[in-house]
Amino acid sequence: MTDRLLHDLALMVPETVLTVTIIVALVADIIFRRSRAIVPAIVMIGLTVAGIIVLGQPHESFAIFSGMLAVDPFASFFKVLILLSAILVVVFSLGFNELNANGRKVGEYYVLIAALTLGMMLMAGANNMLMMYLAIELSSISSYALSGYTREAEDASEASLKYVIYGALSSGLMLYGISMIYGLTGHFTFSEISSALPPVLEQGSTASLALMFAGLLIVAGLGYKISAVPFHFWAPDVYEGAPITITAFLSVASKAGGFALMIRFLSVSFLDSSVVTLGAGSWAVLPGFDWRSVVVALSVLTMTVGNLVAIWQNNLKRLLAYSSIAHAGYMMMGLVVLTNEGISAIMLYFVIYLFMNFGAFYIVMLIANKIGSEDIEDYRGLGSRAPFLMVALAIFLVSLTGLPPTAGFIGKLYLFVALLNSGWVWLAVVGALNSVIALYYYIRVLRNVFLRGTEQAAAPLQLGRLEGVVVVLLLVPTVLLGLYFSPLAALAQASTKMLGMP
Amino acid sequence: MQTSLFNGVLAWLPNVQLAHFLIVSAILFALGLYGIVTRRNAIMVLMGVELVLNAANINLIAFSRYGGLHASGPALDGQVAAIFVIILAAAEAAIALAIVLNIYNRFQTVNVDEVSSLKE
Repeated sequence: MTDRLLHDLALMVPETVLTVTIIVALVADIIFRRSRAIVPAIVMIGLTVAGIIVLGQPHESFAIFSGMLAVDPFASFFKVLILLSAILVVVFSLGFNELNANGRKVGEYYVLIAALTLGMMLMAGANNMLMMYLAIELSSISSYALSGYTREAEDASEASLKYVIYGALSSGLMLYGISMIYGLTGHFTFSEISSALPPVLEQGSTASLALMFAGLLIVAGLGYKISAVPFHFWAPDVYEGAPITITAFLSVASKAGGFALMIRFLSVSFLDSSVVTLGAGSWAVLPGFDWRSVVVALSVLTMTVGNLVAIWQNNLKRLLAYSSIAHAGYMMMGLVVLTNEGISAIMLYFVIYLFMNFGAFYIVMLIANKIGSEDIEDYRGLGSRAPFLMVALAIFLVSLTGLPPTAGFIGKLYLFVALLNSGWVWLAVVGALNSVIALYYYIRVLRNVFLRGTEQAAAPLQLGRLEGVVVVLLLVPTVLLGLYFSPLAALAQASTKMLGMP
Repeated sequence: MQTSLFNGVLAWLPNVQLAHFLIVSAILFALGLYGIVTRRNAIMVLMGVELVLNAANINLIAFSRYGGLHASGPALDGQVAAIFVIILAAAEAAIALAIVLNIYNRFQTVNVDEVSSLKE
């Protein structure tokens, strides 16, 4: 018993490190009231140490704490991704004027970021419906507070109100779904659900109906987390109103956690283990709750609505919000093929998406620091005032569109190849058409930047050395991964090993 | 008259089955959703959310007590889950009320329709 516990705790070290970091940072914030640098430093150290430990974990699958959490390559991959984006967000926040203005206390801000990161790491490993609910709530509660952190700004208060109302509603719906699945199967753990479901489904159509209803409710809760249409209503307002560092964090890391949880829940809980005739790396879904059709519908809706509404946006932050909704739609395509190839394409896409999306948001933040606006009209003529930043922005936006030779193209390529290999041609066509729509609104931004407003001579914008370094650090992977991607693709393929999957 | 009704209810109580709990919880769930959709006052919306959460709690505890549709018998995990949910609901209510208070200070209203400076 004790051995078992110690073994589980040893695999839980990254999360424990983060928990200790949160406590130490809170205490340090009280003791060193004057210092603004000590809490971010502690949080940064904690995140880095946790990341190093995750990287050093064995490349095998374990179920820890009687199946509450899974520690496997799949979870570790997403944990590294989440920790990396948390580190980037801390770096961004240090240079964010809106946050650091008026002598605002910023200690809690970094503590909340660490708590949010912990919640998302638990989401990546959750292997039990109760744990799933707890992890989602931990990350949601921290992000409600963070999105309203600059609370004298009306936008931020409004954003946090909308976020908390939609969030509470969707977690309530999800919990009701969880309670129904518990009633049907008598289990909370994903793998036990999948083994208890077949006899339940033999009981007739009532049980199937209840299962479908419960499944839909849970998908609604998860869909809210990844801002899938039609559960996306909170996203544009929250992304526009929240401090931009938090917007970037929510649009990358929160989505990564949500995707990891959604992939694990749907694949493991509804795995039909009686079908063994399929080739390696692919599996079948239990009859009863056809989540594939649901995910296909969500995916098509999400990318189409996200892209079409983005065309009409005049605020660059809001435009990026809609574009991130559309990207969730692209990534969901990888889930419907039921193969490891599709899952690894999602994981590869996430790594690339991290760099290009953070890059775009960082440049929007730098420009907002200097000209105090995120309006696309105010970007006129910036091409000559801040040539380096704007060329970088152009590369990030081209990558978000998915054009070669940037990394975004490779991400989309792997997704489409996975779809075509499984015969989902029409879905791949919808995805490709959506990329064309996306091209239109990204190019509209670049047109304002480079082709308009060049006649007025304005002072060039000064760029700090550290800011330049951060931009280059994000720019290099965005370009490099477009040319030399095979190691990352191999890593993603090796990391699809999930607890309880063939 | 009243005592006989009371005695009748008492005599019937042992007949309460899983289905009765599920019906109560379904009614609560529907009322909660109705409240969330129709009310414009942020506090009332949050009360609707509490109803939904408690509907799920009733489900969890009833399934735990009666063993669910297919489970072998009563199991404790549902009740444990319900305790976690109660705690989280309290945490969520605390932060939601803090946000509503902040909104009231800023907009002098807690009507969710009037709080809309961000465009559609």
